[in-house]
Amino acid sequence: MTSPIPGGVDCDLHPAVPHLTSLLPYMNDYWRDQVTTRGMTDLLSQSYPVNSPISARPDWRPAQGKPGSNLADMQRQALDKFAVAYGICNPLYGVQMVFSEDMADAFCRALNDWLAKEWLDKDDRLRGSIVIPVQSIEKSVKEIERCAQDRRFVQVLMLVMGDMPLGKRHYWPIYAAAERLGLPIGVHAGSAYHNPPTSVGWGSYHIEDYVAQAQAFQTQLTSLIIEGVFARHPNLKMVMLESGFTWLPPYLWRLHKFWRGVRMETPWVDRAPLEIVRSNIRFSLQPVDAPPDGETLNRLFDHMQSDELLLFSTDYPHWQFDGDEALPKGISPDLVRKVMLDNPLATYTRLKQSVKEVTP
Amino acid sequence: MNIQIRERPEAGSASIKTAIADCDIHPARATQTELYPFLAKRWHAHLETFGVHAYQGMMGGPPYPKAQPNASRRDAYPPEGGPQGSSLSFMQQQHLDPNNVVLGVLNPLNTGQGIRNQDLAAAICSAINDWQIEKWTSKDQRLKGSVVVANEDGQAAAAEIRKRAGDKNFVQVLLLSRNVEPLGQRRYWPIYEAAEEAGLPVGVHAFGFGGNPITASGWPSFYIEEMVGHSQCQQTALASLVLEGVFERFPKLKMVMVEAGFGWAPSLAWRLDKVFERLHAEVPHLRRKPSDYIRDHIWWTTQPMEDPERREHLFQTIEWIGWDRLLFATDYPHWDYDEPSRVLPAGVSDANKQAFYLDNARKLYGLS
Repeated sequence: MTSPIPGGVDCDLHPAVPHLTSLLPYMNDYWRDQVTTRGMTDLLSQSYPVNSPISARPDWRPAQGKPGSNLADMQRQALDKFAVAYGICNPLYGVQMVFSEDMADAFCRALNDWLAKEWLDKDDRLRGSIVIPVQSIEKSVKEIERCAQDRRFVQVLMLVMGDMPLGKRHYWPIYAAAERLGLPIGVHAGSAYHNPPTSVGWGSYHIEDYVAQAQAFQTQLTSLIIEGVFARHPNLKMVMLESGFTWLPPYLWRLHKFWRGVRMETPWVDRAPLEIVRSNIRFSLQPVDAPPDGETLNRLFDHMQSDELLLFSTDYPHWQFDGDEALPKGISPDLVRKVMLDNPLATYTRLKQSVKEVTP
Repeated sequence: MNIQIRERPEAGSASIKTAIADCDIHPARATQTELYPFLAKRWHAHLETFGVHAYQGMMGGPPYPKAQPNASRRDAYPPEGGPQGSSLSFMQQQHLDPNNVVLGVLNPLNTGQGIRNQDLAAAICSAINDWQIEKWTSKDQRLKGSVVVANEDGQAAAAEIRKRAGDKNFVQVLLLSRNVEPLGQRRYWPIYEAAEEAGLPVGVHAFGFGGNPITASGWPSFYIEEMVGHSQCQQTALASLVLEGVFERFPKLKMVMVEAGFGWAPSLAWRLDKVFERLHAEVPHLRRKPSDYIRDHIWWTTQPMEDPERREHLFQTIEWIGWDRLLFATDYPHWDYDEPSRVLPAGVSDANKQAFYLDNARKLYGLS
């Protein structure tokens, strides 16, 4: 087993909203009434059925309620267990799935306020991601600006499968706001299901949707690089969360080869894709899609040609590893230090700043 | 990459070249009416009035404009006129003879595949198959055809495959990666059943139209995104084939991933295996690990060749897949053509080279 270093950062934790009614106290009268009168139930996403083995490790599954809904469990099973100094909360409640931007906005605001009150207020190690109503750029920017005043919010969160490819110029005001406020954009696995969940249509099974997350991350990376997001926003960091990373080297070989061939189409992409990834893109550690032997994994790290790309994550409570094996076998102590401390602290710059600098 | 026009090496400048198989050659029609002799008369007027009515919006030309006309080499226009790839004699002179291609697998694009009118789709596919024999394979024994089929109509497709079964002009059935549904879906099973029965591998060439955006997050902006995106479509199509149990149902079926890269295969197989460990209860029709099906049933063509900075990364990747699973291809006459003599870095054993350039293809296609 590879031992974690105390004082690290867990970059992907999933606190669960118990039920849509849990958000009612954070909604105004109109939306409270809408939820109740219209009989809206829980906003559970197909991406993570509650009882699916992938959604929670068997020994992290509570006797009652949703996995990840209990702070004491998260403290014991993740924060204390891996002795982290910070844990970044990425709520995956299905607020992005609704089709009305007004409703999505009300639910996102409620979700962000719920996270601050029910989680961040209760454990100093926890930090939050701002969930945004992506269908409306104006509302998204407002929500980022509103939440960013609370320095415990360290990132903006989007899903890997939404309405449009993430590099599209339409989204750039979101990136401008994030860059200005020192917030990386986290892109997490999951779909709003506004498009078929794979690029070749609707598969039959949950397992297909989950496998296809990796391909969705690949197409998003192409979009972000090729549209020129990082030429415009050179200081913006994006973090691919629960994306897998072993696909990255061959993906970049291909993108690089085609970029050399047709770069006349997108002349603003004036650096090689690999360089752009090195300077602007990071990946959470889990899941590690590789055989369990250290030798293969170290070859894969060598193929990645950088030790700055990975950020430690448990993906709690999702079932990515067993026991204490959050860090895969065979990785060097030097890389452990980078993955657990140096890389996350360099990415999430707000972690090094005092949360007391509140200027609301 | 062949975006610049380079002078070809002069004949005789190299010693006699090793015999190779080229598993991805694209024959084109010189004119649109070239197909008419093979197509019932009613379709001539239909095509001229309504066009092909594809699963995409453009009446003519691709939705993402290519980087050059017909996505093909500018030096590949035949002297007698017509688009690149439309002249057998020029293909022989420019490609087959100088590169010592002893087996060339034809993969016609712009067929009946991706057409919404299924009667028209079946008619065009059948015509293309006749045209391959008439114009290409009967005139040059090195060339072998691919049976193109109306991909969205399993029954019609199976009938076309059965019609061609045993015909030595054809060595495989050809599908495209992008269809109305992922390729493992049951609507496509009659194709696999007929192919298995006929002993023909099924090639899945990157590309196609099925009405789905080329990303799971909608339509991107640029041609390069479509090009790179074919690899993600292929990965997902392969995952579908494995997870739907196609290889349990058709244990003798062999499939070839054409022009979609192969570097992604190890990572996809590892991911499938890992997720399968957690979620196998959902797919009880699978009796083996996903990677086992891939290892036993899938081959890859090489073009566009994976091109990492360091050659050992390429070699390690190929070792994870198997030197016995790669089929050399040039993609002639397309612009991203791979030059046979430059595709492999130094340091490959003679046995692996022989497998890579020729023997794997001969064995797979039963042409030893």
